[in-house]
Amino acid sequence: MPTFYGTEVTSRLMLGTAQYPSPAILADAFRRSGAGIATVSVRREAGGDQAGQDFWALIRDLGTAVLPNTAGCYSVREAVTTAQMARELFDTNWIKLEVIGHADTLQPDPFGLVEAAAQLAEDGFEVFPYCTEDLVLCERLVEVGCKVLMPWGAPIGTGLGLNNIYGLRSLRAHFPGIPLVVDAGLGLPSHAAQAMEMGYDAVLLNTAVAKAGDPVAMARAFALAVEAGALAAGADPMDARDMAAPSTPVFGKAIL
Amino acid sequence: MSGPFTIIGGGVCGLAMAAELSSRSAQVTVIDPKGAPGDHACSWWAGGMLAPDCEGVTAEPEIVRQGRKAARWWESHGAAVHHAGTIVVALNRDQSDLATFARRAPTATSLSKTQIADHEPHLAERYSKALFLADEGHLDPRTTLIALHARLHQRGVRFGGDIKGQVIDCRGLAARDTLTDLRGVKGEMLVVRCPDVTLSRPVRLLHPRFPLYIVPRGDGVFMLGATQIETGERGRATLRSVMELMNAAYALHPAFGEAELLEIGVDARPAFRDNQPRIRRIGDVIYANGLFRHGFLLAPALAQMTADLLLEGKIPEVWYEDHRER
Repeated sequence: MPTFYGTEVTSRLMLGTAQYPSPAILADAFRRSGAGIATVSVRREAGGDQAGQDFWALIRDLGTAVLPNTAGCYSVREAVTTAQMARELFDTNWIKLEVIGHADTLQPDPFGLVEAAAQLAEDGFEVFPYCTEDLVLCERLVEVGCKVLMPWGAPIGTGLGLNNIYGLRSLRAHFPGIPLVVDAGLGLPSHAAQAMEMGYDAVLLNTAVAKAGDPVAMARAFALAVEAGALAAGADPMDARDMAAPSTPVFGKAIL
Repeated sequence: MSGPFTIIGGGVCGLAMAAELSSRSAQVTVIDPKGAPGDHACSWWAGGMLAPDCEGVTAEPEIVRQGRKAARWWESHGAAVHHAGTIVVALNRDQSDLATFARRAPTATSLSKTQIADHEPHLAERYSKALFLADEGHLDPRTTLIALHARLHQRGVRFGGDIKGQVIDCRGLAARDTLTDLRGVKGEMLVVRCPDVTLSRPVRLLHPRFPLYIVPRGDGVFMLGATQIETGERGRATLRSVMELMNAAYALHPAFGEAELLEIGVDARPAFRDNQPRIRRIGDVIYANGLFRHGFLLAPALAQMTADLLLEGKIPEVWYEDHRER
């Protein structure tokens, strides 16, 4: 199982906690999938007087590791402040750092992301940056102290899967020692399996499970896909080739 | 038992409870320190949609089943229910959401552009596809609560005074002091006046992040709702929420850009973990609570089940918990 900042997690599946039909279904989805990490947003729920504590208590009750996030933050200052609040609320140095650059696509702001990651790492945070698959951006994030990278598969909530296979593959090749998590854009379990087959350490998703007609069944489906993909990655898959290769020798026929 | 009963809380839950019990000849007192229906009750800010089929897209099947009783109940208690159905639309790029909704709302029928024009001419200017849920209705929560309050007065329901007999606690979120698994889910809403748009029925705009419903209140007034944020905060509508509601309304029809802003409302809905209500017996008190975003939709069923329990000893088929020590 992957190790993030010295902590080994219990599953390669990480789930968001927003948009479920009810907290009861959310809890069932975690139970059935065995997801190892729950991400939770704090920016909007905090209210004027940390009035979101009822929901946060439900998240703590899930019994998984909690990764608070800075969803909904558009500036460095906002993200840093939210991270500090999250650290107090959940008593953890982990923070999934989102600095959103575009309101409609929720595309990360790579420049703000590096700046915020640097400040937070300096302040003792263990940063999980939600980034694009840009190699240079990822290098900068590692330089400022990130020891995990979370490139998107596709924009948040689109369910399009892995949009840039080449980019994700080269990222894996370039950072063999850094845990890599595909975060956002997954729509189907096969997308998650594909990410794992490429050697990624984990996947993080929310909408694909929360908005499914049966979120609990879909969470389980993703768990199975993640397990299948990880097994396959460890089993040294064959390389695809252009020619059909009979697994039984063919005698008596002239075939080249 | 035939009473007397004392209901604590005069929002939609408490008043529906008083109406049901008093209509069965029970002696009822309603105690609400805030007095007559008003903005202290979460139901004051409700949409008033009696839309079990739309809600069924995300809510549990039992909510749909119990919610189907609502329209008739409200009418039998004097409320003006509009039986005009619900229309559901999505912007061009979100058409996949419309397909998903249609799949999950079995009673929804598709409307062509011409059919949209027959129902809502102003929407036909913008949409060539829509879904129609014919069996749904809506009411005006505020006039309904005020009228029900007056009607109960006339019928001899006592408001205020001493607690007598069986206590039924309908305080909503305030009952968190006892119901520790009750949480608040914040909702923000707007009321606008927009004479340029005419709608005869609630319209829902599907959107991956900013879903919106608009309920016509007559005279060019519309209620726009509602955010759903996991926090028990009961005040403080935020600029972001208000902006999202306004943006969505503007996207639904640009004429809303010229609407006059009449009201910004905010409160928190009382909800249990599965977002379904409960009739819970703790000690000598009956708690009816957790109506979440289904106050007007489910208060009738909850009141009927509670009355069946108290007057006829009939154990409710759903949502009942007996926490008395045995």
